Amino acid sequence: MSGGGVGGYNSIPSGRIIAADEDVNDMEVKAAEEIEELIAKKETKDQVTSLSLTWSVTCPLLTQPLQRMCSSFMALFLLFLLLIIYHIKQKLKMSERDYSELETNHQFSVLSVPRIHLDVEGIPTVTSDEQVKVESTIEHLLENFLENHELDSTLPLLSRLQIVDFVKHGLSRLSTSYECLDASRTWVCYWNLHSLELLEASIPDETKEAVISFLNLCQSPTGGFGGGPFQYSHLAPTYAAVNALVILQSDVAYKIIDRPNLYHFLMSCRNEDGAFALHVGGEVDVRGTYCAVVVAKLTGIADQKLFSGTSEWILKCQTYEGGFAGTPNQEAHGGYTFCALAALTLLGQESKCNIRCLLRWASNRQMKFEGGFQGRTNKLVDGCYSFWQGALFPLLHFHLAKSDQYSEALDVERWLFNQEALQEYLLVCCQHPFGGLLDKPGRPRDFYHTCYGLSGLSIAQHVNGVVSGRTSVVGSPNNELALTHPVYNLGVNAVMRALNYFNSKPLRT
Amino acid sequence: MAGEESKEPLSDSSDECSDQEPTWIYYRDRPEWNDVVPVELNEGPFPVVSIAYSERFKDIFNYFRAIVLKNEISERAFELTSDALELNPANYTVWQYRRTVLKGLEKNIQKELSFVRRIIEDHPKNYQVWHHRRVLVEWSGDPSSELRLTEIVLAQDAKNYHAWQHRQWVLDTFKLFDHELEFVERLLEDDIRNNSAWNQRYFVVKQTSGFSEDIISRELTFSVNSIKKVCNNESAWNYLRGVLAHYTTGLNGHPVVEELCQFLDENNSESPYYFAFLVDRMEELMQSDASKRQVLLPKADGILQVLATKMDPIRREYWLFLSRYLNSQFAN
Repeated sequence: MSGGGVGGYNSIPSGRIIAADEDVNDMEVKAAEEIEELIAKKETKDQVTSLSLTWSVTCPLLTQPLQRMCSSFMALFLLFLLLIIYHIKQKLKMSERDYSELETNHQFSVLSVPRIHLDVEGIPTVTSDEQVKVESTIEHLLENFLENHELDSTLPLLSRLQIVDFVKHGLSRLSTSYECLDASRTWVCYWNLHSLELLEASIPDETKEAVISFLNLCQSPTGGFGGGPFQYSHLAPTYAAVNALVILQSDVAYKIIDRPNLYHFLMSCRNEDGAFALHVGGEVDVRGTYCAVVVAKLTGIADQKLFSGTSEWILKCQTYEGGFAGTPNQEAHGGYTFCALAALTLLGQESKCNIRCLLRWASNRQMKFEGGFQGRTNKLVDGCYSFWQGALFPLLHFHLAKSDQYSEALDVERWLFNQEALQEYLLVCCQHPFGGLLDKPGRPRDFYHTCYGLSGLSIAQHVNGVVSGRTSVVGSPNNELALTHPVYNLGVNAVMRALNYFNSKPLRT
Repeated sequence: MAGEESKEPLSDSSDECSDQEPTWIYYRDRPEWNDVVPVELNEGPFPVVSIAYSERFKDIFNYFRAIVLKNEISERAFELTSDALELNPANYTVWQYRRTVLKGLEKNIQKELSFVRRIIEDHPKNYQVWHHRRVLVEWSGDPSSELRLTEIVLAQDAKNYHAWQHRQWVLDTFKLFDHELEFVERLLEDDIRNNSAWNQRYFVVKQTSGFSEDIISRELTFSVNSIKKVCNNESAWNYLRGVLAHYTTGLNGHPVVEELCQFLDENNSESPYYFAFLVDRMEELMQSDASKRQVLLPKADGILQVLATKMDPIRREYWLFLSRYLNSQFAN
């Protein structure tokens, strides 16, 4: 039997491999049961995470069925192990070499870029201690992944079915611990509908009707939506509700939006200087501005009176670092930077900010070990920033493509960040064994991180220039998600349909 | 951010029922509330994001909705909001209504400051509590506890965004900058990588002395000394660049910066931030002086290739973009 390269597998009689696959399924079931028992015994989440990722390597060595197989399969399996050891050594060497020779548009079957640890330089601080801890956890997961990959080159796999189940369940019922989100229920609708949209999972008509009725109950007679029925209107749940309705792609959904009163609500949140409070008597920050601009643009009610001075106010939020803060003088932060750039783009004013500085800051937010994004300089990676920071790149690309100065230098097939490393972080480190995504290993799954993790994954997979583009999907081709619009974070078809519907119906106030 | 505001629960399982406190009486069983008809949530037959509320939660919010509907401004309404906020401090409707009641009853602001302080201690990343605190300080005009409060919160989490935001608002509104630079320096001594502290430093300088030539020199020296100790600290490099943005000749020419580059060259520094800085310096020179382009362009390009392939490969696309850009601008 030949020992070199992946081609060596070809000489293993396929009959044996099929038998092994069947037993792999049994082992899957057994492993899942073992995991559930562990959780019932309240083992730590870390153990569960690492277990679920390493089961495919350890189970063949531990479970009963294998012992019942014929001895010749055992011999083949031992050869298997030798090949694994050889390949891991090869792959680790490979990860160190220059990647300029590799093509850029196909599934990367191994880590796409060498990972570089933080150099503490002999001066440890709280910041570096935290960072080192995270890098250590990620390192173990990436090592496990490389081993697993030897057995299954279609890894990493996005657990679509499990995510759909998790999210569909969350769209209908939530446990008592969700009382803390009682003022954000429209958000939970949006997060889960958007996840289903990205996964291209169908939403039954009764669910759509139920969502429409529920959101209607959240709408205030004076305009805008609250986080739940009988709550005051607030720009964030308003944004979430409008987005959720847009995802449903139906006139019935669009019609429930009381546009005239929505306009009045937006005006009631508006300050003289063009900034927006999140609700009447509420705090002012760039989220308010983003929510107001998006909602107005989507429903075709934006006008000069609403947004005069708004872009000037947003521009004051750009910091010396290049990113944007929630309010002027505060620290540059991924979530607020997204809100700022997306709002400026919708207002047609994105060229007024310092794009070079913003680009440098955004680029520096990708973590050179983990591959995911951090929210602020010297803070930790978090799966949700895959979208907040990741979406900056299509927006920056769009702007740079329009400028005489920079358009030539753009690569129409790549965003200006490492798309594969981001996908690897999300798929290898941010998936919960039972479905759903998370911030970082060791954290619990939730609908917010599932939504924004998937949104970031979609952005990392698809580059859409004006003329051409390129898709780059890490792992199984089934990992490919639907396109998301980088300004709204909605499916592009959903956006177009809504814009067409509302813009053909100008508001008469 | 939505994520912080919408902190999802840690587990999907029900919390231990808190209805078993011996002194707790449901509002529906309180005779002094007999006159109020509770308003139940009726969301129709098909559950959508439907929360399995505890009995206590339902009871309290049924009565809260009733109070809001009749616009009752009273002591009992005020107490009810306290109960509601204990169950969900993120409910902005309850906070807003509570403010209406506070104003209507002309209640004591100091007591209310203590109330919200306790909730801030338990929920330091909640938007509503900090906003409420700010409104109270606006009403009272008294910022005397605010620097201490934010200092305490920052002692537990030196990067808490809300705490910094509140602190900046207090400093700026009441002009309390006297000791802020000291405060920032202490934090930077604790953790030189604390980007929030660096950001605060910029804020203090900007709002007090401004970036005059003397101050620029002082701030550059501060950053350079920091970089010499920890070369791969992006916070210090970002600050350095931020200060230089106020300097007339930009990244080139300031003696403190020239000395830093010399120092780093002599020590064979391999910091990607330094290399990126060198490229930007060259770009500036090529921009202002065409005769330098022939020499500098290949140098800048060389550094970008090293960054892309060896020193900082995760940012490969960005380094190659810069390379293509510089070539398009400055090549013959």
